[in-house]
Amino acid sequence: MYKYNDFDESFVRERVAQFRGQVARRVDGSLTEDEFKPLRLMNGLYLQLHAYMLRVAVPYGTLNSAQMDMLAHLAQTYDKGYGHFTTRQNIQYNWPELSDVPDMLSDLADVGMHAIQTSGNTIRNVTADHFAGAAADEIADPRPVAELLRQWSTDHPEFQFLPRKFKIAITGSPNDRAVTKAHDIGLRMVLRDGAAGYEVIVGGGLGRTPMIGKVITDFLPQTDLLPYVEAIVSVWNRLGRRDNKYKSRIKITVHEHGIDEIRRLVDARFAEIRPSFSGVDQIMLAEIEAQFTSPAFKTADTKGYEAVRLANPAFRSWTDTNLTQHRADGYAIVSISIKKHGATPGDATADQMRVMANLARTYGHDELRISHEQNIILPHVHKSYLPKLYAALRSADLATANIGLASDIIACPGMDYCALATARSIPIAQEIAARFDELKIEHDIGALKIKISGCINACGHHHVGHIGILGLDRAGVENYQITLGGDHTETAAVGERAGPGFNAAEIVPAIERLVLGYMDLRQAPDETFLEAYRRLGVAPFKAILYPQEKANAA
Amino acid sequence: MPKDFTPKVVTANRLMQGDAVWLTANGYWSSDIHDAEFITDEGTANLRMLGAETQAHLIAGAYLADAAMGDNGPEPTHFREDFRARGPSNYAHGKQVHRVENNV
Repeated sequence: MYKYNDFDESFVRERVAQFRGQVARRVDGSLTEDEFKPLRLMNGLYLQLHAYMLRVAVPYGTLNSAQMDMLAHLAQTYDKGYGHFTTRQNIQYNWPELSDVPDMLSDLADVGMHAIQTSGNTIRNVTADHFAGAAADEIADPRPVAELLRQWSTDHPEFQFLPRKFKIAITGSPNDRAVTKAHDIGLRMVLRDGAAGYEVIVGGGLGRTPMIGKVITDFLPQTDLLPYVEAIVSVWNRLGRRDNKYKSRIKITVHEHGIDEIRRLVDARFAEIRPSFSGVDQIMLAEIEAQFTSPAFKTADTKGYEAVRLANPAFRSWTDTNLTQHRADGYAIVSISIKKHGATPGDATADQMRVMANLARTYGHDELRISHEQNIILPHVHKSYLPKLYAALRSADLATANIGLASDIIACPGMDYCALATARSIPIAQEIAARFDELKIEHDIGALKIKISGCINACGHHHVGHIGILGLDRAGVENYQITLGGDHTETAAVGERAGPGFNAAEIVPAIERLVLGYMDLRQAPDETFLEAYRRLGVAPFKAILYPQEKANAA
Repeated sequence: MPKDFTPKVVTANRLMQGDAVWLTANGYWSSDIHDAEFITDEGTANLRMLGAETQAHLIAGAYLADAAMGDNGPEPTHFREDFRARGPSNYAHGKQVHRVENNV
């Protein structure tokens, strides 16, 4: 894992000191709110419905146990004992007081963390495949490049006043778990003649105008990556619409100018700036790569694990849903669900964070990940440890066996916290999960992605959910629109709106009806919701959602 | 013809704690919307907003929110303002905690 060098350390410390001064000047009246607001946003501090909210970056979703312990410390000391992990692999604290925030940032700096560029019109936290460095299907670990991008983008003088925010996602696997096609830039590692390079996707995004990204180059050698990314951001920085914030993202720029014209401009800019990259970036990348060496994987017998699996059905069920194949023999990737049925998706208490940190230390080579699906990953666990690990998770109420199932729902904070929201998300997620648990059918339903956003900005990724739910304000009443057939993977697709929205009392029964209806429609139990949707089209699903209209039409 | 004025309250977030507060008739900020001054004309609304701008040492982000007069004072008319006055629905945090205590 990357460890701050002296430069990082002094830079982050200096920013904390600056922010401490800015808060003091806001409080003593030297700064107005209008002057202070951009300064606090530069440091991840929002003012929400009930309180301030501090968004802390978890770079490319990777944490060590000391960092997770510090997140627990912040939750306990400055918040109400919990934190909220987000779809951008970050953590948000919902209740800090203004005067505490400099101390929180100082505590974070102690473990090599910060909240810089988690807001504002800058390049945001680079997100990555949460199984990076562990997945069996991976070409190479993308995190060294993600760290290089973090260093390059942090306080980059050309990119502090962009037309709008800018998000980069990276994956080293052909199976895209990082939603690269819905980012301003998506980077997918590919092999050509045995050499690793990148397919570069540009102009994807969700929000008000969802777009699937377009391939700007199908193979970029790794040595050209940084100047090429800089060329893209530079072209957009000049062309991006500053006159209309709804048209300012690069997806609109690509849409308005066409991918061919953008490619031409990027190539020209790249030719211009490439010579100024003297190779220092590659030296730095090599230094970063040296810090991401593989853990010393052990070899041990896994017979004990197999025996417990046979003997304990609850453990077996958990291993069936929450484990993913690891690249090393005898190892597994463990997904810890923080989606207990009826609980708030993505929330973990300080105690739970400490338990997970301790498990990472004891059984997991000291590594944790945050997934964009709002779960916590222990990427490297030898299978012989799994029974003990499972027991510890059970005692901490963290052993829910639902990864990838109907109750593993993404939900943004919605109007329970967010000042931008138009409706609540969390209670809808809670009710849907509780309902499927009550029916005891989610294992029969199989793989299903339900994603909920509380406003058009789509932090809950509803456009790419197999079932997406968008909460809106319709004449002063919460109203929920359903989209169908979205896909967040390498076969990314934007879901289709099913029809009129449902009110808060109707939405959960509508989802239940939809899912039960799918179970009747599927050809075989292993035909997933998305496969059935792709085979049948939207019509039969609409008929299930709106039976009355069908009756009226008959 | 100018649009009819719908009754308002002035609301903001407290500078240090960040919690929602409402402007009362005697010029202090209360954490209970029921204490708010109920504003029924545009002139008063504009005047109160100008006053709120001088309160930057106490609050941030003042705005006018629609309200209706209830039995105990002004009440929110939109669910967003209702949540601000109450707290989140997933935990018993925020104003609802004190409200329960007050009712005991």
